[in-house]
Amino acid sequence: MTREPTTERGRLRVRGFDADATTDVDWSPDRGGRTASRRARAWRRFSGNRTAVAGLVVVVALLVLAVFARPIEVAGVTVQPFALAPYAPATTDVAPASQPPSLAHPFGTDWAGRDVLSRVLYGGRYSLAIGVVAVALGVGVGVPLGAVAGYVGGWVDEAIMRLVDVLYAFPFLVLAIALVAVFGQGFWKLVLALVVVGWISYARLVRGEILRVKEEEYVLASRALGVPDRSILARHVVPNAIAPVVVQATLDVGTVVLSAAALGFLGLGLPPGTAEWGSMLSASRDTLMQGQWWVTVFPGLAIFLFVLSINLVGDGVRDAIDPQGDSRREAR
Amino acid sequence: MALLEVTDLDVRFYTEEGVVRAVDGLSYEIERGERLGVVGESGAGKTVAGLAVLGLIDAPGRIEGGEVRFKGEDLLSASDERLREVRGGEIGMVFQDPEEALDPVYTVGEQVAETIRAQTDLAESAIRERAVETLDRVGVPDPRERYGDYPHQFSGGMQQRVVLATALACDPDLLVADEPTTALDVTIEAGILELLDDLADEYDLAVQFVSHDLGVVAETCDRVVVMYAGRAVERAPVEDLYYDPKHPYTAGLMASVPRLGADRDRLPTLPGSMPDLVDVPPGCRFHPRCPFAEEACTKREPPLVDASETAADARADSHQAACLAYTGDLSGDLDFEVEVRE
Amino acid sequence: MTLLRARGLTKHYPTEEGLLDRFLGNRQWVRALDGVDLEIREGETLALVGESGCGKSTLGRTLLRLEEPTAGSVYHRGDDLTSLSTAEMRARRADLQYVFQNPTSSLDPRHTVGELVGEALDVHGVARGRERDDRVRDLLETVGLRASHANRYPHEFSGGQRQRIGIARALAVDPELIVCDEPVSALDVSVQARILNLLADLQAEFGLAYLFIAHDLSVVEHVADRVAVMYLGELVEVGPTEAVFSPPYHPYTRALLSAIPEPDPLWEGDRIVLDGSVPSPVDPPPGCKFHTRCPVASEDCGEWESHPDLESVGGDHAIACPYYDRVESTFGGD
Repeated sequence: MTREPTTERGRLRVRGFDADATTDVDWSPDRGGRTASRRARAWRRFSGNRTAVAGLVVVVALLVLAVFARPIEVAGVTVQPFALAPYAPATTDVAPASQPPSLAHPFGTDWAGRDVLSRVLYGGRYSLAIGVVAVALGVGVGVPLGAVAGYVGGWVDEAIMRLVDVLYAFPFLVLAIALVAVFGQGFWKLVLALVVVGWISYARLVRGEILRVKEEEYVLASRALGVPDRSILARHVVPNAIAPVVVQATLDVGTVVLSAAALGFLGLGLPPGTAEWGSMLSASRDTLMQGQWWVTVFPGLAIFLFVLSINLVGDGVRDAIDPQGDSRREAR
Repeated sequence: MALLEVTDLDVRFYTEEGVVRAVDGLSYEIERGERLGVVGESGAGKTVAGLAVLGLIDAPGRIEGGEVRFKGEDLLSASDERLREVRGGEIGMVFQDPEEALDPVYTVGEQVAETIRAQTDLAESAIRERAVETLDRVGVPDPRERYGDYPHQFSGGMQQRVVLATALACDPDLLVADEPTTALDVTIEAGILELLDDLADEYDLAVQFVSHDLGVVAETCDRVVVMYAGRAVERAPVEDLYYDPKHPYTAGLMASVPRLGADRDRLPTLPGSMPDLVDVPPGCRFHPRCPFAEEACTKREPPLVDASETAADARADSHQAACLAYTGDLSGDLDFEVEVRE
Repeated sequence: MTLLRARGLTKHYPTEEGLLDRFLGNRQWVRALDGVDLEIREGETLALVGESGCGKSTLGRTLLRLEEPTAGSVYHRGDDLTSLSTAEMRARRADLQYVFQNPTSSLDPRHTVGELVGEALDVHGVARGRERDDRVRDLLETVGLRASHANRYPHEFSGGQRQRIGIARALAVDPELIVCDEPVSALDVSVQARILNLLADLQAEFGLAYLFIAHDLSVVEHVADRVAVMYLGELVEVGPTEAVFSPPYHPYTRALLSAIPEPDPLWEGDRIVLDGSVPSPVDPPPGCKFHTRCPVASEDCGEWESHPDLESVGGDHAIACPYYDRVESTFGGD
């Protein structure tokens, strides 16, 4: 065999390596069935996260307690007959007023002789409903506006984003107070106030995500296939931009519950006497000084527990759908 | 004693999908002034092997076993302080992407100076002087003027020269270069390879050259380790490897490289793909893709043994391959060969 | 027969300067393409070669109007693509397809392979319902995957398999031309060879034409019928593959060829190391754009009004350098 130095290219050639002679090219380890979809893998990651699961358990428990606190009637038909709370939240004088916790009334009674346990359980309905509804509506308004701003660009983008900037410039509480002052009190009015200030963060978030995803090569690939813009937006852009919104929305449920409680505490939330956690705190402000701690502590604890749990869930969701989990595999 | 001796290195990554055995029982040594090529496709474990030498394996990865001896000192049991001294001082490192290796908010001169400052007690003016000298050595034109420039003011090729300068500023004995020219255009690559060659000759620098490019390795290296799925499958002096490959994987790889002037329309191929390192095939890891595989290959993992034809060849730099054909467990022959066009 | 013809194709886009620069009118323009004339013939593979930043990908994308050209025209079946409406252009995409360099980023991770390949069929109304699913399976088998892979997600495949998915998607609408933008440069050597062979097989079976964009000349020599070499937004040499890979050369082509590392430790060929780096396309050199790095340039090269035109040096082979004969007298031998 010649092994002379050369200036000629391509002079080596391997002979006798016959690729067709391989017999077992498709060897692959037996993994027992198909590999999991994205969603299944996200759920696996989430369920492996202990604090997040603990948070989820607490949130679900509070939800169940709120739903089953008192029977629910729709148009005169009882759809939910259970009553975990021993008394109706508004019934006064079930016992002497301002009793400390006892066996009959584990959370004590307030100034009007109402059972605090029943009120805390039932109050979950208001707080949770406000949190979920206000966030859902905020997402419903913010995501389409942000998506349009990001995808269309130009003056549409300018108009929407300047409105967002203006709303951002108002201190949240002042704006909410002004809105309640204009619209008055009530569940839907409170939700409206929270949505007006809530949607802007989704709009901004989604717009940024859309701008990022728009530059992804798979979007260009769809254009190269001749897919119309509308389908590209719906099939490729929005689904890939939505993950951070899910995380943000989960965390926001907690924030909104806090905001609602804060408004309730300022007396701007639901009508006085409603068994909403924030309003209960507000009503018991003065009695705290007289040593009646139980009237304040239990609704406060409920808010704390719920917000903490929802934050744990939100962080768990973030870790679970973090695309890094998918890309780490590819980095190898 | 060799400059660097790696014995039975075992690196694993603990991921969600399972344990990735990125490097599995890898042994090699590098003599002073020697250039060792570590060749393999993506997922072969060649980059991890380079990082492990410097103790740069981060979670979820862990070095599970083996020894890395540098000038006789075991680096795996060295303190963090000692490791910092070795890194940048006695062992330099160059990565694939110069843009990521350089910090965009510091001037290039400052980045070279930083390495010198960390390793020596020189006065500030002397450090600066040495940084300028190093930049000059790696072929940055007008180093004194360009000292204060930021990385983005440099082209890709010049950035890689700056990275080389940071690696070489303290006169290391060993340079670990991980695909240093892969991100660069061929005309720029040619310049960097020439520079590496000159520097290695001039300063008696040993190089662990990690690459997937058989052309670059042929040009740069003295000896080569071919890696497949975390294991070394062949070790040989560069000439023997290219003219007389012993392992079927090496042969397949050589066959499928497109070469200029080879007058062929259709490229020979290597079937299948590198296995997932969480679940490697039993026996020889290459057997599913090997045209010469037999029953025995699915059962026994071949050790890296001497594969030279005559006993006289069995020197220290002998030609080794991990294939059952060389342990006498194969009934057929590996009847591939390299043909040299006259 | 010419399939696609570009005339004076030009693409300038603004650099991303700060707001202040825009106000002051300091906006600078990247001259990615500067009046490129090119034709792609039916059933051929035309390779477009050049280093990063030379504008080869921009040319590929502008030809298919994935980016709007600043000036110039692209003719396909007698129509100027640049003057078609968006809807007309969308329909035309059934004939003109694109395969991307990075098979990971060009496949939407949220859809199954079946959905990704089927999308093209839906859009162009090629097939529906059961017929559509059958066609998707056929396509996957055509590119060397299994029909059952239709239900899997892109992340479950290796790089080479993902590139096959990209090719299946482009094939779905039965195109005449596929622009392959560095289809194998992200892949390992052993995988690369098989994708190249697949592309050759598909060409033979379906009579496809390819515009094969690449930086690796050794790959190009294997796949191309004709080669076009680009430098800083200009074509510097065009011709049949054998002609481009043998003398006479454009000095840039010659340097590119000599720089390729040869997988042979005993190879001792000379390399032409080009000085400096590629000039910025924001402010390209006057005259011949290559003169600043050209090993055979004379003083007048930088004084011409514009970059030299392609001049035929025999048959189909054209070189944009009046001094091309100096290359062999300086570096001859090889």
